[in-house]
Amino acid sequence: MVMSKNKLQKTVAVVGTDAVAEAMRQINPDVVAAYPITPQTAIVETFAQMVADGQVHTHYVPVESEHSAMSAAIGAAAAGARVMTATASQGLALMWELLYIASGLRLPIIMPNVNRALSAPINIHCDHGDSMGARDSGWIQLFSENAQEAYDNTLQAVRIAEHKDVLLPVMVLLDGFIISHAVDRMELLDDATAKQFVGTYKPDVSLLDAARPVTYGAFDGLYGYYFEFKRQQEEAMRRALEVIREVGREFGAISGRPYGLFESVGLEDAEFVIVALGSAAGTIRSEVECLRDNGMPIGMIKLRVFRPFPAAELVAALAGKKAVAVFDRSDTFAGNMGGPVFIELRSALYETAEKPIMVNYIYGLGGRDLSVDLVNKACNELAWIAQSGQVKQRVNYLGLKE
Amino acid sequence: MATSIREMSKKPEILTGGHRLCAGCGASIAVRQVLMGAPDGVHLVVANPTGCLEVSTTIYPYTSWNCSYIHCAFENAASTMSGVEAAFKSLQRQGKIKEDFRFVVFGGDGGTYDIGFQALSGALERGHRMVYVCYNNEAYMNTGIQRSGATVLGTWTTTSPYGENSFGKTQNRKDMTAIAAAHNIPYVAQASISHWRDLVRKAEKAFAVDGPSFINVLSPCHRGWRYPMEQTVEVAKLAVQTCIWPLYEVEDGKWHITVKVRDKKPVEEYLKTQGRFAHLLKEKKYAEALPLIQEYVDQEWEKLRFLSGEQE
Repeated sequence: MVMSKNKLQKTVAVVGTDAVAEAMRQINPDVVAAYPITPQTAIVETFAQMVADGQVHTHYVPVESEHSAMSAAIGAAAAGARVMTATASQGLALMWELLYIASGLRLPIIMPNVNRALSAPINIHCDHGDSMGARDSGWIQLFSENAQEAYDNTLQAVRIAEHKDVLLPVMVLLDGFIISHAVDRMELLDDATAKQFVGTYKPDVSLLDAARPVTYGAFDGLYGYYFEFKRQQEEAMRRALEVIREVGREFGAISGRPYGLFESVGLEDAEFVIVALGSAAGTIRSEVECLRDNGMPIGMIKLRVFRPFPAAELVAALAGKKAVAVFDRSDTFAGNMGGPVFIELRSALYETAEKPIMVNYIYGLGGRDLSVDLVNKACNELAWIAQSGQVKQRVNYLGLKE
Repeated sequence: MATSIREMSKKPEILTGGHRLCAGCGASIAVRQVLMGAPDGVHLVVANPTGCLEVSTTIYPYTSWNCSYIHCAFENAASTMSGVEAAFKSLQRQGKIKEDFRFVVFGGDGGTYDIGFQALSGALERGHRMVYVCYNNEAYMNTGIQRSGATVLGTWTTTSPYGENSFGKTQNRKDMTAIAAAHNIPYVAQASISHWRDLVRKAEKAFAVDGPSFINVLSPCHRGWRYPMEQTVEVAKLAVQTCIWPLYEVEDGKWHITVKVRDKKPVEEYLKTQGRFAHLLKEKKYAEALPLIQEYVDQEWEKLRFLSGEQE
């Protein structure tokens, strides 16, 4: 172990699943209900061992499916417990109806999701199709570039979810295998600092408040407040943007790693910009920095927060740029509309007077490698688009065997 | 044990009046009788899957429940309650909760036999301390009388109609009580709203065990079964007297018939009280189902007597 600059942190080499399990140990949730699925399995295995060893006070519920994992998480959260689960891919898909119930009941459940492609054909490797499918389920979604961010996001998720202005569940996303199973250098907060940061959880209402019994999940099909409940969820999501920033600043103060809604490279002088999320941001940054050193006016944005979508902030960052290329690790199958990040960013930029030209690169489905050469190809195409003002193909499939 | 009417009348009502269940509904009777069996001085959390009981007792912004209550979805009342119970254990162990709680699920037969089967099996296997009550009206009544795994052979429902090629439901029901017992949980019982003393005693036993318990309560639905609403209790009683719904319990693996039936009535006595079976008795072409039902009842009754040590 090497002591980092911050004396309260230690530098470790761990796989992403261990980074998340460490965050879970430090959060020490009252209840964890989980079901194993590749590539999330090591998270729940490691955490089950922590429970067996008495390192946490968590009551661990080894449920018989992801559907029951989220159901038990909902029950436990409604009962006033701080609750976590973790899943991936088909597991997240099986939870689908419960995702909406967790957010609709305003339960601050924390769930790392190890991004993995959805069947069919069955594939265990990374893409973002699983969590993008849940983008309208009312969950906050934080993407991670590496093990460090997966750990940092998991700790921050607790504070964001439980904030009284928010009270929404949070999904922490980390790329399957690329982050979950690769050894990465990272810094861990010491237990006391982490514990102090996440704080204690005191819900205003709970099924186990003996003095004030409560009905959760009432039927709202007759007298009509459903619409108002949904509007309140949307308002909470809007408020979450500021809370995410606040929590990110506070986390920066204790760790030296401040977080915002997104990170950028070279925006001050870039004429064209790549937008990406997840582990690919590392590869892209490396290539973008190299091209900038060679004089190319390129920049990049690594989107951390996909829900809520920081539309105004992204528009402010991108207005006046000549061209923007969005990298999507999933498709929408909408018939050549492109991936979800592309569609949303393009929509956000619609009212901007100085609209950049926009292109989409769909890459890495089912774990297809995103090489530096492929990124280089996209960067050069983007340079040509910015210069010529022409787009040969709006939606491109990068790295496809053609 | 509070099984005299005088003592039971003193217990506070947990499901209050003013709910929107039909007059003559068996479900509310089942709920009130089961909750009579809850120990004094404990707090309750009730969970419901989606169904009649849920939509009729929690119409926002009202609730009929004088205790904590959660409805999550249709197929997951048992797993939702697993989480509630886990939270209780965790918070109690940490000293954050001082009061004593008990956990009761009231699921219909759809939410128990069919769509909620996996979640229930998982919860029973994991050993959560909860009383799982199936208020069994033998079909999906909330959505308008569709067949379930609890529906008796020959029954008319909207998805098992009789016609040129069918006498109604063509399959026997599954034996959910025995399936629950196969989980080797501490307490399993089959009960009927017509035998209130028997049901309240069973509920008391179910609440007392430190682990999961399961009670399958026959709870007639006059809308789906097609009989006059004032006959709910009578119809349920006939189910017991004909042995199509025998009353028994499985306590720590020991089977015991709790209401003895000396002169088993022919099942037709029960069938003829309800419109859902009327086609079997009225039209010859459907009558082939009648001996099949009687055969099933006899076979299951003999099996139960054997398991209970009442037959060599």
